[in-house]
Order: sequence, then C-alpha cells, then structure tokens
Amino acid sequence: MTGDSPDIDTPKTDAAAAPAGPVSPVDVAVDMPLLRIEGVSKKFGTFRAVDRLSLDIGAGEFFALLGPSGCGKTTLLRMLAGFETPDEGRILLGGRDIAPVLPHERPVNMMFQNYALFPHLSVRDNIAFGLKRAGMPRATIDSRVAEMIALVKLGGMEKRKPDQLSGGQKQRVALARSLARRPKVLLLDEPLAALDKKLRESTQLELMELQRRLGMTFIIVTHDQEEAMTVANRIGVMDAGRLEQVATPRDLYEAPATRWVAEFVGDVNLFDGEVTSHEHHRLTVATRDGGAIVVAEPRQPVTKTVVTVAIRPEKVKLSRRGPASDAANSQAINRLEGVVTDVGYLGGSTVYKVKLDSGAVVRSSMANTARMDRDAYSAGQRVVAWFTPDDCVVLER
Amino acid sequence: MARKVGKISPFNITALALGMAFLYLPIVILVIYSFNASRLVTVWGGWSLRWYYEFFNDRAMLDAAWMSLRVATVSATSATLLGTLAAVGLVRGERFRGRSLFSGMLYAPLVMPEVISGLSLLLLFVALNAERGFWTVTIAHTTLTMCFVTVVVQSRLASLDRSLEEAAMDLGCDPVQAFLSVTLPLIIPAIAAGWMLAFTLSLDDVVIASFTTGPGSATLPIRIYSEVRLGVKPEINAICTMVIALIAVVIVIASLASKLSSSQGESAAPL
Repeated sequence: MTGDSPDIDTPKTDAAAAPAGPVSPVDVAVDMPLLRIEGVSKKFGTFRAVDRLSLDIGAGEFFALLGPSGCGKTTLLRMLAGFETPDEGRILLGGRDIAPVLPHERPVNMMFQNYALFPHLSVRDNIAFGLKRAGMPRATIDSRVAEMIALVKLGGMEKRKPDQLSGGQKQRVALARSLARRPKVLLLDEPLAALDKKLRESTQLELMELQRRLGMTFIIVTHDQEEAMTVANRIGVMDAGRLEQVATPRDLYEAPATRWVAEFVGDVNLFDGEVTSHEHHRLTVATRDGGAIVVAEPRQPVTKTVVTVAIRPEKVKLSRRGPASDAANSQAINRLEGVVTDVGYLGGSTVYKVKLDSGAVVRSSMANTARMDRDAYSAGQRVVAWFTPDDCVVLER
Repeated sequence: MARKVGKISPFNITALALGMAFLYLPIVILVIYSFNASRLVTVWGGWSLRWYYEFFNDRAMLDAAWMSLRVATVSATSATLLGTLAAVGLVRGERFRGRSLFSGMLYAPLVMPEVISGLSLLLLFVALNAERGFWTVTIAHTTLTMCFVTVVVQSRLASLDRSLEEAAMDLGCDPVQAFLSVTLPLIIPAIAAGWMLAFTLSLDDVVIASFTTGPGSATLPIRIYSEVRLGVKPEINAICTMVIALIAVVIVIASLASKLSSSQGESAAPL
C-alpha cells in the first residue's frame, strides 16, 4: 500500500504513506495535478485538525471532501483559500507553492457556507466586487456581471439587496460572485446546507451542469454523503484530520477501504470473523457468532486472518425458502436463517431487520417494485437472508 | 404591513400619559417659560422673545456656548476615532496578553464617579503643568466619551459575520481594503451614533469640565450653573430651549439618515 501501485478495486490511500504519485486511480488522468497537497498539517493548540494529509486534485475535477463535523475538512478548504496557514507540508497550485500567497492574490475563490454576501451592496455590486478589485475596465465588468447573472438565472434581481432575496437566490448570488473572477479552483464550503431538500437536490444538478460547462475545478466540502455522491466525480473521505479513502462514488460504496468508511458511507452489515479456508478464489470466514460466510477473494490478497465482512443491506435478499437452489451455486451462496423483527417502510424500499438464529442482526433493504406486494414480509416471520460471495467486501481494518 | 400591535387598554394609555408627562412636562414648562415676558421666572407675564434677545447680547454666555460647541465637536470626533480603533482592536484583533484587562480598563470611565475622574485629570494636568483651558477640557471629555463610542461600535462589530471580511479578501482585497470596503460601511451607523452620544455627553457635562477648565474658558453648563446660583434668570430658560432644539435637530437628522441608508434600494423591490 505504498500508493504507487494503485489497484482498481481497492483504491486505498494511506495519507501519510503516499507523498508522491497519484493518490487514486480514477478516470481523470492526474499526470500533472492542478492542485497537490503534500503532507499538510494544521494544529490548533494541541489538536491536529489536519494530520499530514496528501492529496492530488486534477484540473476539471469535481472533488468532494466528505466527513463528519470536526474531521478537518473545512480547515483543509480554508488552507486552500489562504485563511489558515499549514503548520507543515506544502500546497502546490499548478506546480507553485502557494504558502506565501495571501488570500487576495490566490487564483482561488471560495463560496462560504453562510454565503457571506455583502449586505450593503446590491446583487449586481456583490457580483462585481471581485472584478472591480481586479481593476477591470467598466465595460468588461458589466458584460461579465451580465453573463454571471444569466448563468445563475437571476435576471431582474440585479438591484436587490441580499436581505430581499430568498435562501436559494442568495445561494445563487454567492455562487455567481465566486465564479465571476474565473478562478482556477472554486472552493465550496457546505454550499447547499441551508437549502431545503427539494431545492438542494435541484441545485446539486445545476452545480454539476455548471461545473461541466465551465470546465473549472470544484472542491466541495460536505457532511452529506448523498450530496457528495451526486455531484462529485471523486470523493475524499476524511476522519480525524486524515483521508480514510479517496475514490469514485461507486468505489467508495462498493469497495470501501476500511470499516470506518463502510459504516460512514451508506448503511452496512458487518460481521467480524477469521479466515478459515481459502480455495477456488473463495474465502470462508468463520464469524464470531458461530456462522460462516463465503466471500469472493479480493484482487488484493488478504494478509490478515482477522477480518470484517461487509455487506450492503440492498444486497441481502430475503426469501421464504432461500434462493432457487441451483446445485452448483447452493454451496457458495450464504444462507442465514432467522426471524423478521422490524419492518421499516420507506416508500421506495422497505428495510427489514432479521434476527439470525446465531444471534446476529442483519438488515435487508428490498425495493418495492410492485404496488400491491403480497409477498411482503412481516414481523415474526421466519425467513432466509441470502447473498452472494461477490457482494461481500472483506475489510482488514 | 399588518404588524402585531399590543392591545390598547385604558391602563396602557394612562401609563403612557403619566410616563410621558414625567419625562417631558418639566421640559415643556421650561420651553414655555423661556417665552415669558416677566423678569420673575415663576410669574407668567405674557409672550415675549426678550430673553432670547438678551442672550444674543450676553457676551459671556455666547462665549461659553461657543466654547461648549467647540469642545463637544473636537472631543466627540477624537473620541470616535480612538473608540472605533479600540473596538476594532478588541473585536477583530488577535488575542493578546492582558486583553480582558485592557477591555475592562476601557470601561472604567463608564462606572467611575465623575468627581474622581475630574479630580484625577486635574491632578494630572497640574503635575504636567499644563495650562488649563480649551485643550484640557477637550482631552478630559475625550477620555470620558471614548468608552461610550467603543461600547456602541464594539457591539455592532461583534454582530458582524467575520466571513464577510474573508469574502472580501477572497475577492481580491488586502486586509485594509477589506475593512474599508466592507466592514466600515456596515459599522458607520454605529460610529455615527457613537459620535452623537459623545457630542451630547460633552455638551452636558459640568463636573469634569469644572475640574479641568481654567479661567476665561467656562463651558455653557458651567456658566449656567454659576448663574443659577445667583438666581434663575429667564434667559437661562431661553438658552436651554435652544440647546434642546439643537439636540432634537441632530437626533432627527441622525435617525432620518440611518433610515435612509438602511432602506436604500428597497424602492426597487416590489415587496
């Protein structure tokens, strides 16, 4: 796991141990990254908000920093903007160390969480603020502002003051203001946190479209995993000042690198156990509750014997008798018998909690594909929870 | 426009009337008696502008009034400058050693009995062998009123979002430009309010001024106070009426200005 032999299935990164080379293999080629963060740390007193973190972000990427509050993601963003200075490490933008560059001289703009619109200035003047500072001629400013207003669909609002705008409109003004200077990198600090769910979802799509159209590099900080998955082409999951994993949304969900990531991103069933046998590309893991789970061998060989098996609830199927038993498959398929204890109807899907005979509890999420589902399970019913070896992920830490 | 209004009951009206009477009746009586033709303050002798005329021919009173206005203007302006800087330093500055001691000491004049501040300033000026007059009163008033300005500006600054300045810096301002183009316009109403507070406090002060002034440079309140000891002349009423008028005009202008600045651009909105 030295970072320079990347593997498609397990894009694990050890932040401290990967000072050189692309941290993660993704669809975006990062030969010469636009932004390179090298072993950056930031301490507040004795607390390490960011801990020897390394990361490369390529031009044109939409990168999300995802993590629980207090994980250091905003501190990292503020170091990129220049509001905090790293205690150690370097930040290179286009190959140049930007440590000595003050915020107002960085080709980077930030959209603030609370928007930070200037209350004494109109929408137009807010957007023009950065352009005036850049000393652009009046005509250029006017055309750029008009362009930005059209871009974020705020026509007719130019003369309003921020307190005469709705939350969604404020968000658009803040976006237009931070885009107006055409920064190399746009930093977005929880840009949608203040919007309601519906508006947030439509704005996410607009953000993605905008980013694709402008070809700019966006770095978004969010604690909302759905938001990160929707907008970003690559996600860095942070915890306690370190990057746990950097991967595409799909890999993050389907191939989490650590137990922590598996639990943080989405819902998951975890079984602790020991690898007991290893044959025909199948591993058998004896779980702590006395059962056994057969899992497909990951491409990167498993080195430890004590492992955790992770399986997403939607990959756990329920049936009354188990899957149609194909003689060839029956050995390999994991069948766990138990009793349904809880049924949570969510509209599009239903989540069942099944207490296995071994004592463990497994969650299964089933899509409600038919309006009248006569086969729905109810609490107290005996079922078989089953899943294939390929749907399991073996986690070593 | 449907603002929620408290219920108007007879009790409320009575309380309001009594309260207003308590506050303003003495002033109304003073104003009315300033137009009294009689020489005796308590006897009504018909309407007249005689005492206003007397005042404008009273050289000593005019000098005192002019002195007061100059002291108030200069001290309010310097107190506003210093007080604003202190507020910015306390709210926006890096945390420094002894910061809470410093802010505590800044507020000392708010609670210090005026006699003590006046006396200590007098001792200081005597020790420095400074000639007492316009400048000593002005300096004394600056130290008295500066803390009021700081309190007003500090509370406004503290309520301002720090990220506004950061946004300005992000958009190309250096820290000084960020302060001037974003923070200053937003705290200007507080600074103006602080100036007016300082101005009226200075105009009104007797105690500190009488400690720190010298011969031939009495302020208006000192002059009035010494005249009253010899008996109240209706001329005093006339002077007081004019001071009240001046203050009322300043306050009206200030509130109109702040209303105008806060409603700027509102006309463009259909709301």
